[in-house]
Amino acid sequence: MLGLDRKDTGLLAVVAILALFAPFILNPFPQGSELAQFNAGYPDLMQRFVIFGIFAIGFNLLFGLTGYLSFGHAAFLGVGSYAAVWMFKLLSMNVIPAILLSIAVAGLFSVVIGYISLRRSGIYFSILTLAFAQMSFNLAYSVLTPITNGETGLQLSLDDPRVLDGGGVATSLPLTNFFGIEMRATETLNLGPWAFQFNAGYYLCAILLLVTFYISIRIFRSPFGLMLRAVKSNQQRLSYTGLSTRPYTLAVFVISGMYAGLAGGLLASMDPLAGAERMQWTASGEVVIMTILGGAGTLIGPVLGAGVIKYFENIFSKINEGVLHGWFGALPDGLENAIVWVLARFTGEGWHLTLGLLFMAIIIFLPGGLVEGGRRSRALFRRRGRRGGAAEEDAAKQRAARPAE
Amino acid sequence: MDAILLQILNGLDKGSAYALIALGLTLIFGTLGVVNFAHGALFMIGAFCAVTLQRIFTISRTTVDESRTDFLGNPMEVDTPYLEIWFGPEFGAALIDWSVPLAILFAIPVMLLIGWIMERGLIKHFYKRPHADQILVTFGLAIVLQEIIKYFYGANPIPTPAPSAFAGSFDFGAALGFDPMTIIYPYWRLIYFAFAGLVIAGVFCFLQFTTFGMVVRAGMADRETVGLLGINIDKRFTIMFGIAAAVAGLAGVMYTPINSPNYHMGMDFLVLSFVVVVVGGMGSLPGAVLAGFLLGILESFASMNEIKSIIPGIDQIIIYLIAIVILLTRPRGLMGRKGVMED
Repeated sequence: MLGLDRKDTGLLAVVAILALFAPFILNPFPQGSELAQFNAGYPDLMQRFVIFGIFAIGFNLLFGLTGYLSFGHAAFLGVGSYAAVWMFKLLSMNVIPAILLSIAVAGLFSVVIGYISLRRSGIYFSILTLAFAQMSFNLAYSVLTPITNGETGLQLSLDDPRVLDGGGVATSLPLTNFFGIEMRATETLNLGPWAFQFNAGYYLCAILLLVTFYISIRIFRSPFGLMLRAVKSNQQRLSYTGLSTRPYTLAVFVISGMYAGLAGGLLASMDPLAGAERMQWTASGEVVIMTILGGAGTLIGPVLGAGVIKYFENIFSKINEGVLHGWFGALPDGLENAIVWVLARFTGEGWHLTLGLLFMAIIIFLPGGLVEGGRRSRALFRRRGRRGGAAEEDAAKQRAARPAE
Repeated sequence: MDAILLQILNGLDKGSAYALIALGLTLIFGTLGVVNFAHGALFMIGAFCAVTLQRIFTISRTTVDESRTDFLGNPMEVDTPYLEIWFGPEFGAALIDWSVPLAILFAIPVMLLIGWIMERGLIKHFYKRPHADQILVTFGLAIVLQEIIKYFYGANPIPTPAPSAFAGSFDFGAALGFDPMTIIYPYWRLIYFAFAGLVIAGVFCFLQFTTFGMVVRAGMADRETVGLLGINIDKRFTIMFGIAAAVAGLAGVMYTPINSPNYHMGMDFLVLSFVVVVVGGMGSLPGAVLAGFLLGILESFASMNEIKSIIPGIDQIIIYLIAIVILLTRPRGLMGRKGVMED
């Protein structure tokens, strides 16, 4: 279907089902119950899952396929956000022109940065991209204040021209919409104790996620994708065969920058403001962590990674000592306090620590990320299920005998 | 003339910090071939060694002084640091006053230990992995270290003053025959510069004039051959990692009076010191020092109003701009060795 083989169609279908039914899937616990705080099915968070999923998919096209580790990808996201907010201010509150412009601007920006940065590879490439991103960040904070509104961030105001929307001074801030459908519009479906929220903005993002995911599958399977993998495995040999790798890497860098621009445009469409902190290098670090956590170079990995990190950031960080005391209330006091004390270091305010440790553990033990973890455990279960424990040893021996791939 | 001199002086203290961090970074890169993103965190931990020592010194006994009352009329509680009780008020107070310089003695063993643990516990397993993995795992480690410090010391900057003997400023203008009060410069920054010079000289002498240093230099040039000669080069490289950590830590300790330490100061410096290393040339120690001072001074020149009025915003981007130009025109940096990480 759509030029995909059966496996990829299946994968796309899984992602489609997950994305379209996310309001159900992410809200497994009834309203008002103890576990309701683990529900992630509210519009704001779901939008973030999907938007950062798109961002990570784009980053993965560059890093996963070519191995070029960009430490400045957030710059494109930031530029995309600014472009989108300007579109809202000047043209119309419709999200379509905003998103188109943010993709275009991020694309142009990445042509410039990519053209220069891709002259070098390895750590130098990382540092060049980092330098460009920090430059954009510093400039957005200082000299470019007329465009970026500096520290306050770019916001809508009542007297923006908004040419297509008729202009004039509005009485209240207008809302972003998609041909009349407001991005904020949310339908709530009450089923017994459950409340499922369906948000228009989320579904716009979800559909774009599916489109971008489809494009990324096509790129992975295309001759172009194959060329990029060749760059990763041995760029020198590729050059010796008389092939210039620069156009390929530049092309994928720009595509990846456009993905980031799209994500930035969507962020601004959901909540029309843009700030320079979106371009800071810690933001670039975050997308690196997402991609690696899920599995760089795999199709589904970045989406998974983005979901896990955003879930942690929003849900895990809410578990404070009070909540923990509630859970372990049945234990003897001393033990309860000890357990709560230890866990509280890793939850709530300390979720960054958990994230750092998790990230390190993934790099050390599972360089392929969660996807590889899933693959390994599935292989383990399958073998166990088929022949029991004796087969396990055989397989271990075989694995030991086989040279490392 | 005096304006130029002032900018050079202003650049020196930041340049010193860049040079010290970059020296440690390039030492690790040159010996172990590892790109250490956690080096900024080591700088930060060094700064918090000074905070810790200050806190230890000011552990106090609370007594109630009946003769005085607070504003509610209750007898006032007086905190007396134990140091003042043990060593007499004068000497005790002097010790507390000098806690930042004394923290050097405290930080060296701590940083050597942390460096050793880091290398043996984590970095050792990453020699054969790609550079990207090394960057990522040390990046993760930096986040973890940062969060640990944040847990113990909170998120706000902690003021750690210099000894009161160095509190004032030195009037360079008067000393050099310009108008007085045109070039004033805090004493502590002079101390910092001198200290950085001492540490850098120490590291170079250690590498140049001791047998240990000679072996390490040989190992940097050709690790395998040194290993074949029956020298345990890995052990020496581990020690060098500890020394690099200690250099970063010392830079942090002495930097605390200039900028109050907070948990993310390491990350702020890290990005810049990487740029410094790249400009100086990967693996070149003199290059790192030279580039550190050069970029520090250029940065302070770019923040002059005269220059900012010609090119607005240049002070924010000058370092990155230079790095980009250097990387594109002279791939191995200012003083990089041929063939080291050139691709």
